[in-house]
Formats: sequence, C-alpha cells, structure tokens
Amino acid sequence: MTLRLPSTRASEVAAAVALGVSVVIGSLWNGRRAHAGVNDRSGEVLTYASPVEMLLSPDGKRLYVLCQGSDQVRVLNAASFESIKTISVGHIPRGFSLSPDGARLFVANTWDDTVSVIDTTSLELVATWPVGAEPTSVVEDREGKHIFVANRISNDVAVLNAQTGEEEKRLAAGRGASYLTPSPDGKRLYLTHVYPNPAPQRAAPESEITVIDTARATVIERIPLRNIAHAFHVAISADGRLGVGAALHPKNLIPLAHLEHGGAFADTLMLFGSDIGDKPVEIPLDELERYAARPFGVAISPDKSHIYVTSGGSEIVTVIDVARLMRFLRAHKPPFAQDLSASSNYVVARIPVGQDPRGVAFSVDGHSLLVANRLDDTISVIDTRVNRVTSTIPLEGPKRLSVLRHGEQTFYTARYSFQGQIGCANCHIDSTFDGLTWDLEPDGFGRDIVDNKNLEDIKGTEPFKWNGGNPDIPTECGPRTEKYFWRSENYDDLTLTDLATYLRSLPPRPNRWRQPGSELTPAQERGRAIFSRATDSFGKPIAETNRCVYCHSGPQGTSQRSFDVGTERLTDNAGLFDTPQLTNIALTAPYLHDARAATLEEIWTKFNPDDRHGRTNDLKKDELNDLIQYLRTR
Amino acid sequence: MKRNTTLAIVAAAFLAVTALNVNAAPPPTPTPRSASANANTKVATARLATPQGSPRFRFENFTTANGLPDDHVYSVLVDGDRIWAGTDNGLGLYENGKWKTFTTKDGLAHRAVLSLALDKRTGDVWAGTMGGLSRISGGRIDTYTQLNSGLSNDVVYGVSVENENVWVATAAGASRLDLNTGEWSLYNERNTPMAEIWTYAVAATPTKVYYAVWGSGVLEYNQQTKVWDKYDDPDGENEMVLFKDQGLIHEITTSVSYVDQVLWVATYFGDSRYDGRYWHNFLTKDSGLPSNFTNVVKAVDANRAWFGTDKGLAYYDGANWAVYRPSLTTGKPEMTIRDAQGRITQVPVNTAPAHNYILNIDFQGNDIWVATAKGLSHGILQQEK
Repeated sequence: MTLRLPSTRASEVAAAVALGVSVVIGSLWNGRRAHAGVNDRSGEVLTYASPVEMLLSPDGKRLYVLCQGSDQVRVLNAASFESIKTISVGHIPRGFSLSPDGARLFVANTWDDTVSVIDTTSLELVATWPVGAEPTSVVEDREGKHIFVANRISNDVAVLNAQTGEEEKRLAAGRGASYLTPSPDGKRLYLTHVYPNPAPQRAAPESEITVIDTARATVIERIPLRNIAHAFHVAISADGRLGVGAALHPKNLIPLAHLEHGGAFADTLMLFGSDIGDKPVEIPLDELERYAARPFGVAISPDKSHIYVTSGGSEIVTVIDVARLMRFLRAHKPPFAQDLSASSNYVVARIPVGQDPRGVAFSVDGHSLLVANRLDDTISVIDTRVNRVTSTIPLEGPKRLSVLRHGEQTFYTARYSFQGQIGCANCHIDSTFDGLTWDLEPDGFGRDIVDNKNLEDIKGTEPFKWNGGNPDIPTECGPRTEKYFWRSENYDDLTLTDLATYLRSLPPRPNRWRQPGSELTPAQERGRAIFSRATDSFGKPIAETNRCVYCHSGPQGTSQRSFDVGTERLTDNAGLFDTPQLTNIALTAPYLHDARAATLEEIWTKFNPDDRHGRTNDLKKDELNDLIQYLRTR
Repeated sequence: MKRNTTLAIVAAAFLAVTALNVNAAPPPTPTPRSASANANTKVATARLATPQGSPRFRFENFTTANGLPDDHVYSVLVDGDRIWAGTDNGLGLYENGKWKTFTTKDGLAHRAVLSLALDKRTGDVWAGTMGGLSRISGGRIDTYTQLNSGLSNDVVYGVSVENENVWVATAAGASRLDLNTGEWSLYNERNTPMAEIWTYAVAATPTKVYYAVWGSGVLEYNQQTKVWDKYDDPDGENEMVLFKDQGLIHEITTSVSYVDQVLWVATYFGDSRYDGRYWHNFLTKDSGLPSNFTNVVKAVDANRAWFGTDKGLAYYDGANWAVYRPSLTTGKPEMTIRDAQGRITQVPVNTAPAHNYILNIDFQGNDIWVATAKGLSHGILQQEK
C-alpha cells in the first residue's frame, strides 16, 4: 500500500525522476513509500534522531546536527557526512548555536530547562547551566559577555554571564519566545515567538519580533507582526538590510470549514529591515494547489540573490528570487498576504525534501543548502545552482517505522487536507496548542466560537470538543476532521489508528510551578484547600456540584462530563460544556470555551457573577491568588 | 475618633491647598501620590551639595503649551536621556527634544499615572495608575489589573523594582510580582503589621523594602528573613510631638526613600530620617523645611535629601537647607537658604519650579526633575562663579 499523493506532488516526483536526480543513498520518496507500508510499522517505541537544526563549523569542515528525538548533538564530517562523534545533551533540545569564535557550542534543552555547553575542540560536554522555562534557542554575543536564551514558557529572554552561566536578568519577550537570530554585525538579536501575544477576544492575532541590543542587553524595539500567530526562524542578509521571518497567518475569525474558499492559513514570510522600510511587509508563499504549509526554516544566500524556506507540512523548500521579489514589492501595495497569485511573481522553485523539514544551513561556498528533515531522520542536500536535491543523507537510527512515528508523521504533514493546505500541527504547535480562538463549523460567522485546547496528556480526557460531542480520538480525528477540517479524503483506518496512538502518547511537559519533590508552597497548599473545600468563607456548605474538585476531578482535573457554568452566550449552540483537563493550565490562555477570559483570574473576577463556575465570590483577592497558584501546579 | 479627626483635617488641608494653588484646570483628582523612590538612586552627584554652598539651578518648565500631556504631573522618572512624566492625562516621554504621549489607546492602564519606576537592568518602565499597573517595554505596554492579574487593587500609588520583583503600593495593600514566575504575593492586614491597607509609596532594595502606609506609619520587609516590621509615631495619633527624635514623626506617611542604609520618610506633618538606630525629625519650626506637608522625599545619600512639599522644593545637605519655589506672595522665583545656625539668606534667581506644590522628584546627573501640580520642571545646575 502506498500513500496517495496530491497530484501536484506526484507530478513533481515524476519530473524529478525524469531529470535523473542523483541520490547518494536511496530516494527520499522511495524511502517514504517504504516507510508508509503498514506491514513494516513496528509497535516498538523507537528512539529516532529527529534532526531539527544544523550548523557548520566556521571552517566548514564539521556539521553539527541537533537531534531532538535522541537528545544529542551529532558531529559529522561536512564533506562525507560520516560520524565524528555523538554528544548527549539535555532533554528535547530545540535550538543551538556556536560562539562567535566557534570554540563553544550552546544547546537549549527545552524539557529540562538547561543549556548544554560543548567544547568544540574536545567535543566534550563541559557545562550544563540552568535557565528559564523551556529554553528554545541560545546565542552568545560577539564580545563573549552574555549568553541570550529564549524561554518559550516564561516568555522572556534570560541574559547569562557568558563565562559562568549565571543568570543576570530576564528581558520581557512575547508569548512563546523561541528563536533568536543575531544580525550579521552581532549588534542586534531578533526573536520570534510561536504563540500570539495576548489580544482581546476575537481580535486578529498579533505576534512580534523582539529586537535586543546585545551591548546593552535590553529590548530596544518590538516589530509588530499583524495577523501573525506563530513565527519561526529569521534570516538576516549579509549586508544586514533584509530580514526574513517564517510566519503562520491564521484566518481564525472566519469559519475554518472553508478550505476550498481560500484556506484556513496563509503561509507567509515577514520581511523587514532597511530594504523594506519602516513597517514589515508580509508576503505569501502559497499558490493555488501549491501550498507551503507551516514555513519554519529560512536562509538567505550569501549573495542575497535567493531566499530559501522550509515548509514542514508541505515537505518542501521554497526558493524565492530576491530581485524579482523586490520588483514585486515596488509594483504592488500591500496587503497581499492572502493573494494566491502573488507568489508566482517571485517563487522560482518548490523543492520536495523529507518529512517535516526544519532547520537549514548553507555550505561555506553557498552552493549547497542542507535541510534537516525531522520526521524521517535525513538531511537533504540541495544544489542551490540548480535548485534540486542532489543527495539525501540518512542519519543513524532505527530503520523501521514505528506506529508512533507514523502517527507523528501523519500529525505534521499537510498532505491529507484539501490541496495540502494544513495539517494537525498548524493549530497544535509542536503538538500543543495555538493560543487562538476558532470559528470551526459552517454554522454562520461568529457562531460557536471555541478556544483551541492543549493536546498534552489528553489520553483519558475524552470526550472531545467543547460540547463533548466526540467520544474518542478516532472520532475526533477521523470523520470530524475529514468533514470540517480537511475537506478532503480521510485517513485509512490504520493511519487513523497510528495518529490516535501518537496523540494518546503525548506526555505533559514538565510543570514549572511545581516544586521538586511535588511539595506545594504554602500559597499553593492554601489554594489546594480552596479547590477542595466544602464550606465557603462564611461557614456555609458549598453544594458538592459547585466545588472545584467536583467537575475538575481526577489526576487530569476533569470528570469527563459536561456542565453549565453560566457561560452560554446567544452565539453558542448549547450551554453545556465539556470540563477541560487542567494539565499545564497556566500555559494555555485564553480560557473558557470561547476564550473570553484572558487570564485565569478573569474566569472568576469577570465571568462568574453567580457562582455557577464554582463558589468563588466569597474569596478575598489573596485567596483567589492562592487558588490560581494551586491551579498552576496542575 | 482622633484618627478620623486627623484624616479629616488632612483631607481638608489638602483640598484647601489644591484649591488655593492650582488653577481650575485639574479636574477632581485623587490625593496625588507618586514616589517611585528608587532607593538605590545616587546619581545626584556631589556637586549638588558642594561645600561652596547650596546648588543653584536654572529651571526650564514644561506644560501643555510645549508638549506635556497635562500640567498636573504626579510623577517623573529619569531614564538616561529620556524623561518620563506621569500626568493626569497620560504618560509623557520626552526624548530628543520632543514629547510623546502614551494613553489608554496604547494600552496604558489608566490616564492618570501616579507613579513610575525604572527597571535599570532591563530598561522597562513601570507605571502605577488609577486603573492598574502598566509595563512599558520596548514600546509595548502590558497592563495588570485587579481583574486580570493578582494585583490587589487598581489604584496604584507607588511602584518600585528590585531584581526580579516589582513591589506595588495600592489602595488595598501591598503587592509583589515575581517577574520570573509570574506569582503575585499580597501583603495586607492579615499577614503584616499593617493597621491600614492604604499603601502610599514603596522603596524596594535587595535588602529592605519600605512602604509608606497612609495612617499606619512605615512598614519594613527584611528580604533576608522575610519578616515584616513596622515603625510608628511614638506619639500615637496625637498631633503634638511629645517625643521628638524618638521615632517616626507621624503616622500619615506619604513617601519613603532608602539609600546607604538610611531611611527617609515624608509625612503630612513633617519628615523623618532613621539610620537604623537613631531617628531625626524635621519640622518647619526647627529646620529649613518650607512646610510640614510633604508629598515626597528622595535621598541622595545617607545625609542629603530632597523634599517636595506644598510650599516648594527643599534640599537638605546634612546641615543647610535650600528652598526653591515661586514666591508664595508674589509668584516670583525665589531661592532661600537656611544655614545650620538658622541664618536665612535670599539668593537672587530668575527661575523657579513651575509650581510650589511639588509631587515628585528625580535626578539626572547634576540636574533635577520636579513634578508639580502645574507643570514639569527641569532644574539645570548652574556652575558657581
């Protein structure tokens, strides 16, 4: 059995074969077909490398590959791709960088909140520094004075002493602070964010590029990214005049079930810098039937002639001719982010690569672009002179495709949706949430607005949907997704099973508010007592059904039942809502079924006037704070 | 009963002073407060109090006529070359010779900005307003209110930043925000010796945090022991000073400043200095203080401090006093020096602060910035001839 590819993809493959593309070790597409064979899928839990980022040493002789799945940095010979050494780092590393002199390699380990320091001469791990919550990228300044670490959960940038690793301060960033990119002169850092900044309910999302002055170690500017909810890698041209950021532009204010009318997302680039002007300009990558779902990695060729963008969902690298792009910008007045005819003016190639391509790296001469394919453990080598994959390098690791891996591939690909526009990961960034409110169903504009839920630890929290309408994951991800989201063919049964198995396997990320040893702070302990209390502040009994713990019961904080908590609006189709799980609830603002509560506090300070969402109006402000401190530990 | 009488007298006095000295322009406003009181501030250099005599300034005054958002200025903050002014109608930023105004449309919590504090590590500015607390960071404004956060009350009279902690003085107790964890800690009559919860100003340092609590003296938090302590007027609520220099001068405190391990306190009935062992109090009758009604105190070091009163701006260098104001009778600029022996000298000057009702003070190198009820003043130090 083979996966059915979109017609355009199939024709591209055929064309590539006809051109006699040289492939060193196996064809990527042949490999994919082999991977997709259901009989080959293994029920084992296998550890894949899952490469996400790459760096070349300053002399171009070594290639460092950051492997998120195996918690490693793999050091390869950049010419032969033979292994030199494998270095274990922290858990789920997501970003790394070399010191300006190339002597040290810094790795941001997201799940154990550390930075690993590797001596690039000895290739030994020489230090592990604790940092903020979910460090995602790390950069050292030119002077060797400070290390900057983007913390995704604490929404800030930790500034460390470059020698000792001691944290000196934190800079306020945007929500989901993730990817730091230095300017060519090292004077500025550009930081992107994977979640949108807080915004009023039903307002268009907005993110930012936070600009940091490295000498002063302060934020000096925030470039607004209007309509952008998620931004990823940034590249700056060698002359420092052109900045390019990969961005996701959701169309969440209109019903999602209109893929056939132009899509749920625009996959775009945000351009900024003196070449562009005072305001950033958003340009689309998509073209009708040739979408570039989930742009992630960006590189600008050393001569600034081309921009290269990976798209994880579409599994391609898009190539943009910069001169043509500039002509287009001069001739057209924005906005054109959703114009599906625009990209043909400047996109010169869409190169198929591996599964979920992420980070990219240029060879020293600029003739080769390396692409890390996270979900098939390969590196695509693109000859930038002809814009073709000339070789695909497999990384060491399991050759069998496990059920979980196939489920993950299914989750991240866009191939199942109408014209390959979106995938699960569009709305569940890195298998979590997106911080957005969606108008999901074709029941009229503005009806049944729903907050997107987190996927962490969802096993055992069924039913799904806010109205509790889907009894299990296969129902949620099968017929419902087919009908409302993909507007296309459904998964085959085994693929759906693999996807459901993957989703059930998603663990909760570590809770940063819970102290080591699981002991609660005094404030958290007081909050726990309020959560479970049977009498109010006046000594009157609280009805069992009006206690927090009644609905939010069990280890995941859900009774798996629906209740009326007094939040129904005229635009809702019903007033009973499924009890959401509390896992890492502190991270997933906004709250309530339609996201009307911007913060946990607002659930009770603004939207519980009649005590129908638990008895809370007797609480003093500090008691409510205690309750929230406890909830953050869940 | 006596407390109520005291409060009534003070309130009446304030209203009278406001009515007398401020033209009709300012609308009914809360009792003006600010006192960002960054206790680590030592930027005012020695030249402000040279042995040659009290410093002389040329005052340049800003009003709405030259771009200030509003003439009623509650607070002022020096941020390098930039000046922030918290006014009754927006937050002003003076940069490169021009004023820019931030309003609620920009995300500011409320138009009336009562207090300001600078996080020197990050460059972020914190603004306490009548409607919550705002952070201005790289041009973005984030707002914390009693509804959307753990902040105890939206009326934020004072704010001060120390390391990763933002300490806030509100009309309903003290609050602390831990910027690293996002956790709010509230301090009130239930967990501190605070008799009243109307906290009016805060000065936070890595060792001690002081709150001026309106009607409840001074509250001290020891950062090491995490224990609260309290300083009261030994005369209790009696307006007579029976025990001078034996404790805080009065319970109705308005401002605190903590520099070089010395605490300075402003009240509506005189001012105090406490070095950890001895108290020294300042009253008009035995010092150069122009009025006991003091809105703000800002220390230069252990021995020198500036006072903002309802009758002018005063400087104390440890022995001598200097007062800068428009004359209370003629309105003409005047500078008066009172030396340690009590001799008074008038110094001819051509400029004075915009108004004698002083609300807040900050230092910029040798210069001083003064928030008044009728404009913002920049005192530029003049070289002694």
